Amino acid sequence: MASIHLKNLGHRYAAYDAGSDNPYALNPLDQVWEDGGAYALLGPSGCGKTTLLNIISGLLRPSEGRVLFDGEDVTDLSTERRNIAQVFQFPVVYDTLTVAENLAFPLRNRGMESTTIEARVAETLTMLGLEGRANERARSLNADDKQKISLGRGLVRTDVRAILFDEPLTVIDPHLKWQLRTELKKIHERFSHTMIYVTHDQTEALTFADKVVVMNAGSILQVGTPEQLFDRPRHTFVGTFIGSPGMNVLRCTFDGEAAVVDGVKLPLDEATIKAAHARGLATSGVSLEVGVRPESLLVVGAGVNTDDDPHYVRVDVLGVEDLGRHSLVRLRLGNQLLCALHPEGAAIPEAAALRFDPARTLLYANSLLVEANG
Amino acid sequence: MKVQNNKAWLMVLPMLLLVAVSAIIPLMTVVNYSVQDTFGNNEFFWVGTEWFHEVLASERFHNALQRTLLFSALILAIEIPLGIAIALAMPRRGIAVSFCLVLMALPLLIPWNVVGTIWQVFGRVDIGLLGHGLASLGIDYNYTQNTFDAWVTLIIMDVWHWTSLVVLLCYSGLVSIPEVYYQAARIDGASRWAIFRFIQLPKIKRVLLIAVLLRFMDSFMIYTEPFVVTGGGPGNSTTFLSIDLVQMAVGQFDLGPAAAMSLIYFLIILLLSWVFYTVMTSLDNDAASEQGRH
Repeated sequence: MASIHLKNLGHRYAAYDAGSDNPYALNPLDQVWEDGGAYALLGPSGCGKTTLLNIISGLLRPSEGRVLFDGEDVTDLSTERRNIAQVFQFPVVYDTLTVAENLAFPLRNRGMESTTIEARVAETLTMLGLEGRANERARSLNADDKQKISLGRGLVRTDVRAILFDEPLTVIDPHLKWQLRTELKKIHERFSHTMIYVTHDQTEALTFADKVVVMNAGSILQVGTPEQLFDRPRHTFVGTFIGSPGMNVLRCTFDGEAAVVDGVKLPLDEATIKAAHARGLATSGVSLEVGVRPESLLVVGAGVNTDDDPHYVRVDVLGVEDLGRHSLVRLRLGNQLLCALHPEGAAIPEAAALRFDPARTLLYANSLLVEANG
Repeated sequence: MKVQNNKAWLMVLPMLLLVAVSAIIPLMTVVNYSVQDTFGNNEFFWVGTEWFHEVLASERFHNALQRTLLFSALILAIEIPLGIAIALAMPRRGIAVSFCLVLMALPLLIPWNVVGTIWQVFGRVDIGLLGHGLASLGIDYNYTQNTFDAWVTLIIMDVWHWTSLVVLLCYSGLVSIPEVYYQAARIDGASRWAIFRFIQLPKIKRVLLIAVLLRFMDSFMIYTEPFVVTGGGPGNSTTFLSIDLVQMAVGQFDLGPAAAMSLIYFLIILLLSWVFYTVMTSLDNDAASEQGRH
């Protein structure tokens, strides 16, 4: 097991279009992955997460920066000498070998004694629940068992410093995904390998990982627990990417005490107001946005009570979609669209007002969260 | 209720006619010759299986058959490993790929008799670059007089002409292996040999069998090149079955024995093809039945 430190790491592919405004596939970053942590690397396709993973595993050499394992510089070490295990999107098995031989393969290549190999293989087979199939040809297995073998070839090794997963459940049947993910989680809890799990599926990321690293366009935008990412996304992209539906993001201005969206004032909490003042956002002219989760908005009937309370704002109801346990209410505030979740069965008032919770109404300057320490 | 009638026969009739005209009828004329004797004047006498007995018992046939089998075995033993090795060494991307592919395809585009002529001239001691070069180095090389030299020349010529086919087939198999297999192998610490043995060889096995089959058939039926280069000599040392057959049928006009020999030749090829076919399909069935178990 090892902690992984990516020091001022960046990567540009040699063949990258020189005319492009950003030559980096991976913008320079500095990131520490703690020993024994279960990380998910979440982001849309093409955001650089596989590039980052291949740099850690050594399949790709970064064009700048260093990779440190437990403080030791491994940037120039080959993949096999880094003692990394990696599970790929498509299960890789050695077709002509049996299940047991597949698991023994990495050990044989390292010249281990055959008695040790046998013991390790037997242990790993039990761990994966494949005891009964040790002598079957690997090619006869279905996709999820093959993927288990790919994982097993990492688990069987005693020297593995981290296990990397590159969208490992893509080709797995949906009803087995859940099962395999749970088993992964169990294996992590038992053996506490450092695990990095690349995915573009937020459910996968949030259920697997202790900490989720959200990436977009070659940059790490936020590292945090699922709660942190949900409650206080530090970048508007994180807010809109995580959650279903994602966070509402509305263009606004700051008048010194509230966010103003198309002339409508939305209350902010004190810490945010303080931070906004500290940065002089009322006059600075940077692009401001206000972010609020559909889950933290409350749709009520407009009336006398709501007109006096600054937490309530009048909105137009554009439509309602049934999501099962909730209804998704599409609304218009000023000239901008947003949505709110509404308990199913509750009537949607025709003249509606929306209650904003200042603690859950976040202010973003240039897409970055405005917060006290920021 | 199933309607049962014989309409299906009408559907296969055109195919039957085509096969009859193109294959069965010509074959039957050969069968016809093989069981009769003639002394000219279009008079034929029934001789039964006499020609078959004669051919099968003749030393001439045995020798030609052995030469042909040896030639095919040598060709396979050289071209298959060499073809795999070249395919493995070929680049996988970039401009060099097209260059290599064109280079590899070139010998395949040259007609058989031209290949023969090229090597016939190339190997000549008086004017040929190879022959004269070797002679000036003091090496005693003469394919028209020395059996060993004749064989070496024919084999090098065939390797030059046909290894490309094996290369191209293997290369097509190799490039279809996803990059991720190599990445996984690197992570598993696999050696170059282990990568070949457990990733590349299993993936090219099918195309390799096709390559083996094609090269076997072709080399077993080789005619034009030895005819042009050595004419079957020196002596009978490069007289393969095909050359022997033509000498018998056209040179000596022994229609009966020649017909019997063609049939035996044909049956040998059919038998060996069947063996290859069985091996190939049984390999496929293994894979299919293993897959079908789940």
